[in-house]
Amino acid sequence: MKEVKVKRIKNGTVIDHITGGQALNVLQIIGVTKEYPKAVLTVAMNVPSKKMGVKDIVKVEGRELKADEVDKISLISPESTINIIRDHEVKEKKNVSLPKTLEGVLVCDNPNCITNFEKTKTIFVVEEKSPIKLRCSYCERTMSEKEIIKQF
Amino acid sequence: MELHDIISIRDFNKAKINHILKISEDMEKRLGRKNNSLRGKILACLFFEPSTRTRLSFETAMERMGGGIIGVSESGTTSIVKGESLKDTIKTVESYCDAIVIRHPREGAARLAANVSEIPVINAGDGSNQHPTQTLLDMYTIKREAGGLKKEVALIGDLKYGRTAHSLAYALAMFGAKITLISPKGLEMPVEVVADLEKFNTTISETNDLEGSIPGCDVLYVTRIQKERFPDPEEYEKVKGAYKITLQTLESAKRDAIILHPLPRIDEISPEVDLTKHARYFKQVYYGLPVRMAVLGLVMGAIS
Repeated sequence: MKEVKVKRIKNGTVIDHITGGQALNVLQIIGVTKEYPKAVLTVAMNVPSKKMGVKDIVKVEGRELKADEVDKISLISPESTINIIRDHEVKEKKNVSLPKTLEGVLVCDNPNCITNFEKTKTIFVVEEKSPIKLRCSYCERTMSEKEIIKQF
Repeated sequence: MELHDIISIRDFNKAKINHILKISEDMEKRLGRKNNSLRGKILACLFFEPSTRTRLSFETAMERMGGGIIGVSESGTTSIVKGESLKDTIKTVESYCDAIVIRHPREGAARLAANVSEIPVINAGDGSNQHPTQTLLDMYTIKREAGGLKKEVALIGDLKYGRTAHSLAYALAMFGAKITLISPKGLEMPVEVVADLEKFNTTISETNDLEGSIPGCDVLYVTRIQKERFPDPEEYEKVKGAYKITLQTLESAKRDAIILHPLPRIDEISPEVDLTKHARYFKQVYYGLPVRMAVLGLVMGAIS
């Protein structure tokens, strides 16, 4: 099988080991469709991977990820690794990890949930990891991957 | 047992429920006697939605234990109309009293109140989510009237929107009751609630057939089917007839089967059924008092 070659970036982030097919959702999370429409990106999808079968890769020039973005990525792609690149070198490498609870990261999908009316941080408890299932600790409704992705 | 807030039946385990039921039994036995265990304590009843039984039974429970009551019965008379947040309302009210009972139209309101309040908060209904003291009194009624909790229980009616049915099913599943869910098409229990029940070691079956299910049941828990859930009034009339408990539907019932209903009923149970030995829904209302006395005593530290 031919090796996939992607140009190295100077400064920015490489998100590797993204669950196959989830790269477009990762792009939504890191805001390239809204806040950073001109970001220089490299996206590889369904690349053969020894560990995962297939994986996606996203490279973003000139941008390092915020903590809540990493939390969101962990929801849809729990095995992702984040590499921070400075001057063409990997300066930091970390695995995303799905936290037990997510605070202030998502909006509750239930329109009648009190968190959609009062100024308060939402709290979601991770009930199941794969497929992801979150429970709002206020209204107790659950959210599936489909409902979560809608928010990105 | 330490019990600060009562927000959701999901926060409870078997031991906690058993303990509350045991204290409720003590309260029931002592109902006629003088009880001043909450003397000097004040309960705030914040009802932002209508209620008859829940509010009256909390107030009666407090009075019977020698305590006092303050409260609001509609948000129109409070600073909420001026735009005050629920958080600020709770912070204000808690400085006047020792515990808060809250009913609110939004799901999660009671949890929010408990998170900001230093004093105990009891959920008396948050939107379509939870009504835990109703569940506790339902469990108490089943224990007292059907002789135990590991029974064959049918939940009948609107199982999609009815909060009482969801939390009662959860508590019953915890105790290993055999549960039959009987509802019209379109008002079935949500898949995620059923998935939750299936985590417990119990049998759950779903059907649209009321008459065929009656012979096996020890407890028939009937809930109201709300007209506004049906876009077509004709469809409502059909469904209403098919899920009504009458003397005829009860012909095949076990001799000692009991009928419960969280009330108010509209016409899910015909009035002549009230005179049969099966009807226990007014007894259920009565049990609300000792159960709420137990709950108030526990959260305010008068009972351990």
